[in-house]
Amino acid sequence: MTPTRRQFLIIAGISAVGVVCPSVARLMASRSESPKATGLKARRWAMVVDSAKCRADCTDCFTACHNAHNVPDIGNPKEEVKWIWSERFDHVFHAESHAHIPGAIRTRPVPILCNHCDNPPCVRVCPTGATFRRPDGIVMMDSHRCIGCKICLAACPYGARSINFRNPRPFIRKLNPDFPTRSKGVIEKCNFCEERLAKGILPACVMACEEKALVFGDVEDPHSEVRHLLDRKFTICRRAELGTKPQVYYIL
Amino acid sequence: MKLYDRGKIIAGVVIFLILITFPFWYGKGKAVTPPQLDLDTPAIGQLAEKRCVEDAAWMRENHMKLLVAWRDSAVREGNRTYTAKDGTVVEISLTGNCLKCHSNKDRFCDRCHDYVGVKPTCWNCHIVPGEVRR
Repeated sequence: MTPTRRQFLIIAGISAVGVVCPSVARLMASRSESPKATGLKARRWAMVVDSAKCRADCTDCFTACHNAHNVPDIGNPKEEVKWIWSERFDHVFHAESHAHIPGAIRTRPVPILCNHCDNPPCVRVCPTGATFRRPDGIVMMDSHRCIGCKICLAACPYGARSINFRNPRPFIRKLNPDFPTRSKGVIEKCNFCEERLAKGILPACVMACEEKALVFGDVEDPHSEVRHLLDRKFTICRRAELGTKPQVYYIL
Repeated sequence: MKLYDRGKIIAGVVIFLILITFPFWYGKGKAVTPPQLDLDTPAIGQLAEKRCVEDAAWMRENHMKLLVAWRDSAVREGNRTYTAKDGTVVEISLTGNCLKCHSNKDRFCDRCHDYVGVKPTCWNCHIVPGEVRR
């Protein structure tokens, strides 16, 4: 018996589903086997710092960051290693400060860190390519390639980079086994918690801040929290006139 | 042709040859036993199939190249997964993945590295699990 047109189409349809289904199932299975791809992704990471929210003498974000990244506490300011720290308002925003800004504001501590510039001078001067800008804007340090020449240290207008003049291991109070330390003679700086973003966790400083003074997100995403703040409030960047296009914005 | 100070020169050449060949005749006939690598760790014991990221022979020859490729892949490209030749996908992490199974660095990594006289600088920065308690 020759099948009718209708029967033929039904059989062809069922066969097609039968052919496609197992391969789809296999594809799903192989996906579920692979390590979780839960990393946070962005077109351009950025941070907004609302320094007015900072409590006086609060060091929660510094401690969280430095504990998470095995940042040593050398104890000698000349050899200091730091990823995030604070300076007085009139030191951070030198050009924006003047004599008639109230003293309380002028001396208020402002948290500062690597600005992850869109046009990073440190990357331009690095002779080995050890520091580089990722497509998502994070200015990364590849300690494997760093030769400790310190040119980036001189190039960074924000003092965001530190060099290990000595082996930092003995100066780390509590080692975090999930993150490497550095060795003698390499530069280090904030990495926007790149290793946490890969696991889908927000940066340590952002999570540690009880006042929500630090907001982190994708500046290219019009619905991100960072963009909401930037759209609503007046923000400035540190030394924007240099053309480095910093991506840490300050609400004052 | 006259060789001045013949005695001193010949003596010097003989002493030089003896010294430069010292390692060869001193070590002649002595066999250094190859290191016995210890694969007996709790994590490996629990594995159903005793297989590293790739097969053991390939890993023995190429682990250093693989680690360098992993390093560049993770740090430079932000890519933290590796697809092995048989299709399994593994996390790229020295301390988080390799050393989870090979938790006995002193009896696995170090034994062979000491034997062949290589000094990898990995551990200048990367922390050996168990070196610090959480």
